[in-house]
Amino acid sequence: MNQKNNPISLWKAVDIQSLFIYLLLITVGWLTIYSASYNYDSADIYSFSSSSGKQLIWIAVSLVVGLSLLIIDARLYYYMSYHSYIFLLFLLVLTILIAPEIKGSRSWLVFGPLSIQPAEFAKFTTALALSRFLADYGFNTKSPKRIVSLFALMLIPMGLIFLQKETGTALVFLAFLLVFYREGMSGVLLFIGVCFLSYFVLGLRFGEQTLWEHTSLGNFSVLLLIALVISGLFYRYHTKDNKTWLIILLGNLLPVFAALVWNRFTKWGFDIAVLQLVLLSLSVVYALFQTLRRNSRIPAMIALFTVLSASFLYGIDYTFDRLLQPHQQTRILVLLGTMDDPSGVGYNVNQAKISIGSGGFLGKGYLNGTQTKLKYVPEQDTDFIFCTIGEEFGFAGSALLLIVYTYLLVRLIFMANRQRFVFARIYGYCVVSLFFVHLLVNVGMVIGVMPVIGIPLPFLSYGGSSLLGFTILLFIFLRLDADNKRRH
Amino acid sequence: MRTSTTDFENRGRILILIIVGVMLAFIVRLAFLQLFSEEYDKYADSNAQFKKIIYPERGVIYDRKGKLMVYNQAFYDIMVTPREMQGLDTLEFCSTLKIDRAYFEKRMRDIRNRRFNPGYSSYTPQLFMSQLSVEAYGPLQEKLYRFPGFSITNRSLRRYSRPIAAHALGYVAEVDRKDIENDAYYTQGDYSGRSGIEKMYEKILRGEKGVEVMLRDVHGRVKGSYNEGRRDIDPVPGKDLSLSLDMDLQEYGEKLMENKRGAIVAIEPKTGEILAYISAPSYDPSLLVGSFRMQHYMDLESSPHKIFLNRPIQSFYPPGSTFKPAQGLVLLQENVITPSTQFACQGGYFFAGQKLGCHNHRSPLNLPEAVSASCNAYFAAAYRELIDHPQYSSVQVAYEHWRKLICSMGFGSRLGVDLPYEQSGWIPNTDYYNGIYGQRGWKGATIISNAIGQGEILATPLQMANYCAMICNKGWYITPHIVREVHGQGVDSSLIKKQVSGIDPVHFEAIIEGMRGAVTSPMGTSKGVAIPGIEVCGKTGTAENPGVDHSIFMCFAPKDDPQICMLVFIENGGFGATWAVPMASLMLEKYLKGSVAPERKWMENRLLNANLMNVEPKE
Repeated sequence: MNQKNNPISLWKAVDIQSLFIYLLLITVGWLTIYSASYNYDSADIYSFSSSSGKQLIWIAVSLVVGLSLLIIDARLYYYMSYHSYIFLLFLLVLTILIAPEIKGSRSWLVFGPLSIQPAEFAKFTTALALSRFLADYGFNTKSPKRIVSLFALMLIPMGLIFLQKETGTALVFLAFLLVFYREGMSGVLLFIGVCFLSYFVLGLRFGEQTLWEHTSLGNFSVLLLIALVISGLFYRYHTKDNKTWLIILLGNLLPVFAALVWNRFTKWGFDIAVLQLVLLSLSVVYALFQTLRRNSRIPAMIALFTVLSASFLYGIDYTFDRLLQPHQQTRILVLLGTMDDPSGVGYNVNQAKISIGSGGFLGKGYLNGTQTKLKYVPEQDTDFIFCTIGEEFGFAGSALLLIVYTYLLVRLIFMANRQRFVFARIYGYCVVSLFFVHLLVNVGMVIGVMPVIGIPLPFLSYGGSSLLGFTILLFIFLRLDADNKRRH
Repeated sequence: MRTSTTDFENRGRILILIIVGVMLAFIVRLAFLQLFSEEYDKYADSNAQFKKIIYPERGVIYDRKGKLMVYNQAFYDIMVTPREMQGLDTLEFCSTLKIDRAYFEKRMRDIRNRRFNPGYSSYTPQLFMSQLSVEAYGPLQEKLYRFPGFSITNRSLRRYSRPIAAHALGYVAEVDRKDIENDAYYTQGDYSGRSGIEKMYEKILRGEKGVEVMLRDVHGRVKGSYNEGRRDIDPVPGKDLSLSLDMDLQEYGEKLMENKRGAIVAIEPKTGEILAYISAPSYDPSLLVGSFRMQHYMDLESSPHKIFLNRPIQSFYPPGSTFKPAQGLVLLQENVITPSTQFACQGGYFFAGQKLGCHNHRSPLNLPEAVSASCNAYFAAAYRELIDHPQYSSVQVAYEHWRKLICSMGFGSRLGVDLPYEQSGWIPNTDYYNGIYGQRGWKGATIISNAIGQGEILATPLQMANYCAMICNKGWYITPHIVREVHGQGVDSSLIKKQVSGIDPVHFEAIIEGMRGAVTSPMGTSKGVAIPGIEVCGKTGTAENPGVDHSIFMCFAPKDDPQICMLVFIENGGFGATWAVPMASLMLEKYLKGSVAPERKWMENRLLNANLMNVEPKE
């Protein structure tokens, strides 16, 4: 690292755009919390016992901490990364041992009027430790010991948080897989994982619905997805014959399309999934033929992937129907939104959808949302805060908010890419990945396309620990980036 | 520390693609939820809007002189929302309500006990004390703001200025499931008229409910008005009614009928307005109001005297001798006799080896005399002549002629009075007799008891009173009715029609002369009705009964310009003259003169003291 400081002032070096978006988001967040916890009986804004009053204190604390972080020497973050990581692990263990049970989880450390959630801070300490490890050793597939250490760095805090029964927060740590991918982990693994997760969700989500009475919508859509995926794989990897992907794609889609038309307009309908299976089998045969003809392993691998995918689909059907107990089936189906459970998980999602849906284009206006004001949506100032925005500011407001978030994420990737030091770059990707996964899960849950996993929306949700945690996460990167600029 | 390389730089771009792709998908999903589905709006509205019903004031009821009969009194229910009770000064609350602490604790325990109070929720108002009077409400209202969690809802209950006319007025009670299914207006907890005027004029009396749209939260707590009340609907108060009843006459009649079973119906002949409508035994209508309604109802219901039987329109009896004027009219109309036609009577009428008994009077008699003396032989002979008369092609034709004329006087079908559950009485048709005796099996002698109002003929007291009004009017009547005017709407003319009988007005002279004779002539049966200075006409009757006969009397006065006609029916009262005649006499005097003369007080006392309740109740 350069020893001589560039004369550019720290304040000019800090990325103004991200800082501005940060301030914008916490302002919108506070106004929304005020609205969500607004009480018709006593509209007392400044009372520090109300959610909005408390959040105001946390915003002040976060700003002070954030500014302090900008002043600290950037090198310190690199050198202190393992120390802070280990300190946080200690806190997590301590929490498990002494935390009281609050809403079914043991994740809060209570100091008089102040409660903090160490898990929220474990995000940035883990990000720092992983960044340092990857910066020092890279994602070295040649050394299994290093890979194990790397995954251990990620899985240990994750496991401890699981033990605190904060499943959502623990799952968020999987965001680091995106960072590993960026740093060299094989994309195929990530891709296969995403594919199989999609099969699982689609297959069960739409398993009970039918397409014109003969075909299960779940099976139909999964088989269609498999056909699309293998066509894509052929296009991407089987470069020795550049027409195979088209043959596979059209060979699978055209007969299915014809069958759809046939089933729709005639009375001799049949199960299209059977046709899809036949076509996929033919695709497998064709792929094996390509392997022999072009002397390439790739089509055979894709054929294997196809067979595994189809087996997986029918495997989950079998597992689900035969091996799981009815109450376990119910829980999974409710989680996936297939089954209505108006009093439990399904209730939250249903009310959330009603809130957002009733917003229309411009919304009902600030402080005028009936759904959220009248507490129909649970957790409306924390995990479900997006509802309030959807209801009061409508499509215009909520879409704009998503665009602002997207801009922030893209901006952060751009900043990460301009870092000269690997540590800073990797840390930047850690920040982006964590924010992205929070957005994906939180907004996805609220608009009913993701299972209900309770994690906060960065900078908007009520909660001191999460706000402070996200602020620290972001401001360390702003400091690293400022340093990068000053040392040009 | 390593510096950056360009390894895997394209993966950063792939991440950007994934992020932008996911966000676009979310925005499409938002568009679908917010722009293209409308159902969510409705869900949100039905979630959050609470329609508070505002009940209209039920119309009040006046008598024919504008005296208030039925009105509403506000009562206050104290409600408690247990969740909001923090900081209540229990001691002060108890002393304001004048209850002791133990009672307070017990009430709260009962409220929280879901076994007694299945709909309990600590967030919604629960009934703490019901039907607080205005006097008790005053002090509480002043201090209410100091009692957190307590609120007051008011509702009005029917109140009666005098404990009379229960059968005419009917009562009001909470609607049941059937009512709600039949009329979408009602919801659980509404009240509606169950019987009498309250039922018949329900839609006029009830008004229209109003709505106040409020916002409520997920616990059902009301959080203020919606859209500044722009969607509220004001309630429309119910319309008031004026009845044709004369409260004083009604009250007097009910007093006279105490300890007797029977009915009195008085009608103003020119208008068909019912002046008195008495069904005895009666009850205080305010018993069927308020929290003990059900208990009182059960007590009344279980009485052996059939208190809820609305005797003037629901009981029916053979009219007995009161039917003779009707017979006379038909005989005149069919030219079978003239007023001067005489029939002999030797203590009865003998036919086919049987005897229809008669009492002792001179013989022979003409028609007015026969009416006055109530001669059975006269009407039996004349009726037989009518039915067997050669001017008709058959017995059936003759009978149908007779039946048509009788029915034109208001017998045999519902009159259409504005009270619910009216019975029709019965005048048999030819099919009935053909069925019993065969097509050729019957003639005048077979059905001879019709001649004197016995046999198969059945009439309600109201039909008999109405028939008396028809005699007063010499051939027509107006549908008897009890509501004179709906305020702001006038009279309901669809109910009130002028009905003309098939009898020529000239024939009434002889009949009225006969009814006057019943009061004045030495052989008259109704001499006891005579009131000094008033020309009263009357006709007694006795309805044969397995036990002691029913006593019937119909009369009107004054003879030349009838103001009132009346039917008095006393179950197990024996001969008409014993109880029914003096009763009618006092009623007429009360109505026409305003009070009963002192020299006739002995008669009043005799009636007031009479107890006919335990004389062989009807089977």
